[in-house]
Amino acid sequence: MELASLPRAVELVHAGARNPRWHPGVAPALHSEIFAASSDGGGMGALLALAGGALRQRERGRLEQRALLWVQDKAAIRLSGRPYPPGLPPGLRHRVIHVAADSAKDALFALEEGLRCRDLACVIGEIAGNPKEMDFTASRRLTLAAERHDVPLFVLRHDARPDLGSARMRWRVRSSPSVPPLWDRGAPGHPSWHAELFRARGHAPGEWTLRDDGHALGAERVSTPDHGDLVPDAGARSLAAG
Amino acid sequence: MAIWCRTLALDRWRQAEGFAPGKGADAAPLVLTVDTAHGPRIAAANAAALAEGAAPGMMLADARTLCPSLALRAADPAGDLAFLERFALWAQRWGPWSALDAPDGVLVDVSALAHLFGGEGALLTDVVGRCTARGLTVRAAIAPTAGAAWALAHHGPERAILAPGHDPLAHLADLPVAALRLDPDVLLVLRRLGLKRIGELARVESGEGDQASGRDALRRRFRTRHAASANPLIRLDQLIGHVPEPLLPVAMPEVPLVQRRLMEPVRHRASLDTVMADLAADMERLLEGRGEGARRLDLALWRVDGEVLARRLELASATREAAHICRLFAAKLDDIDAGFGIEMVRLTASWAQPLPLGQADLETAAEEHGTSLAACIDRLSVRLGAGAVRRPVLHPSHIPERILRWQPPLEPEPVHQEELRFHARPAKLLDKAEAISVLYASPDGYPRRFRWRGEVHEVARVEGPERIAPEWWRERGNARLRDYYRVEDGEGRRYWIYRSGLPDDGRGGMPDWFLQGLCG
Repeated sequence: MELASLPRAVELVHAGARNPRWHPGVAPALHSEIFAASSDGGGMGALLALAGGALRQRERGRLEQRALLWVQDKAAIRLSGRPYPPGLPPGLRHRVIHVAADSAKDALFALEEGLRCRDLACVIGEIAGNPKEMDFTASRRLTLAAERHDVPLFVLRHDARPDLGSARMRWRVRSSPSVPPLWDRGAPGHPSWHAELFRARGHAPGEWTLRDDGHALGAERVSTPDHGDLVPDAGARSLAAG
Repeated sequence: MAIWCRTLALDRWRQAEGFAPGKGADAAPLVLTVDTAHGPRIAAANAAALAEGAAPGMMLADARTLCPSLALRAADPAGDLAFLERFALWAQRWGPWSALDAPDGVLVDVSALAHLFGGEGALLTDVVGRCTARGLTVRAAIAPTAGAAWALAHHGPERAILAPGHDPLAHLADLPVAALRLDPDVLLVLRRLGLKRIGELARVESGEGDQASGRDALRRRFRTRHAASANPLIRLDQLIGHVPEPLLPVAMPEVPLVQRRLMEPVRHRASLDTVMADLAADMERLLEGRGEGARRLDLALWRVDGEVLARRLELASATREAAHICRLFAAKLDDIDAGFGIEMVRLTASWAQPLPLGQADLETAAEEHGTSLAACIDRLSVRLGAGAVRRPVLHPSHIPERILRWQPPLEPEPVHQEELRFHARPAKLLDKAEAISVLYASPDGYPRRFRWRGEVHEVARVEGPERIAPEWWRERGNARLRDYYRVEDGEGRRYWIYRSGLPDDGRGGMPDWFLQGLCG
């Protein structure tokens, strides 16, 4: 093995020296996982904003609008309801094909079949809790399928513990107070979300406040005290390289 | 052209027994009977029996008193109908399509093709000659309308021809009203009214001179009869050609079918999969030759012990890919109980649609370039059930949960009105709105603090109300209106809640609050 190809100690200590910070313009990961509370619609909003950003980037200059596969397991439907096209972003609302799976196992099957389809623009999954089928092997299969067929996958995990997973980006999202609209200070404004990227391949972890104004994804860094030398909790560690 | 087999049941019996008319058992009085609730009744009688006094429709016991030596055989109405269907297909040698005229006739469309047989007279001679050669006694007639042809074949002269230029009423005036294909009770009514011939009925119906009151009475009498066979006025119009008379043509169905009879009964899944692959390949070749793709496939497995197992597959779009079909059936063959073995396997495409040639191998293409949307949806709906994969489409309604309809994903979207731009709607809608308990409401009417799923939310911002009235044309009178609010709590979580009703609307007690949607 070439000694020069190995990372140097200084790079290992300061991950930021090797991995640039995430910002909305970078190429989106093909497999993202978003952890959010089921009683909080913010997770779904952030997922739609990230997916919308990815689709805008990938479909630039392309006329046809391909469909979107939206897979939910039964518990996710019960906890957070079904997608409601009149409230979805305008670019996505006519493209939804919905799959109601009875169990997490069926949902994983549907997600993988969707990733292997060339006529889908994007696959969105919602899985509640930590079912035992949703283990590292399952998520690895999804990552490989997404990268092989080049179809982006966004999985929303309702009320789930971030255990081992191979998603290329793992976010923890909650709603944050919106910016008051100009004309009615008492009304809810454009939504914004507090998103923490706690594990990503090729990016340093960080926290952002995300906003989506319908044309572009905006992100504002939240400054946090640096705990870089502390050991992260077990779930954030990955068996996968990177 | 109408062809009437006058003695169809007897002709079939003679052919089955191998007699010429009037020879053998046919020389003696003989009747064909059907069993009814009141005993056997005569369905058909041969010439000798008719001469002795037995008539169709008579009870057998009555006929036996007239002619004690009456021989009897059982009639076969189902066999007659099956024969008539084959006869209708055979009659397409004289015209492009034919229709059944149960129980013993056939109608053939011979428009503009009589010259191929040397004129209409020669055509009728050909029909009668060929049918006689088959041992059938027929009467045939040609007329511009099906009704007129029927009337002439049954009640007109031999080989009657009504040319298009002739006035049908003038030529058919002497025929009895039974030539109008009416039900027996209607015939009885007409006979009691004294209308025995078509000409008399037409004269009353046209209401010339002093008959105007008669015409009105006749129209009033049959005003409520909508079936053509119960209303002589409709039948008369059909006879003349004033009213169209749709006929159902006989078409030969040809279902693509492949099957394998197995030398050794199959008991294991691996060999069944091999048979299945062979059948799918045969089916692919067959469908390719026809330029079709299957939408529904039926697989039947004959077991050694006499059981037949059936499996059915519905496809989202027409396909004939053998590997795709095998793969979809593989999921359905898991619970097959082979018992002592399966000795025959048959695959039929009971619903096929045109599919032009030109698609390459799906499975290798799928590995390299991904599957097509139709194949993906097929796989999903076979595994998860057809109702699991659906697509939301808008439906004209005001009520938020009713504005969506779910339909199969590849069906075309119905025309709908676009959602209004200024309506702010949530990204997710709960299947059933969940009740929330409002702990403290502001004087304006919206909640400041509410509890949902055991958690208390402090409302920081609110927008509303947006009032949605019940759909009075669809709901009961006591349905309550809804006032929708978009609220955001202190942590930024956004919800779509509504109050069902107003405190003083007189449609129930104090209004309840519900949470219906989660905003993104």
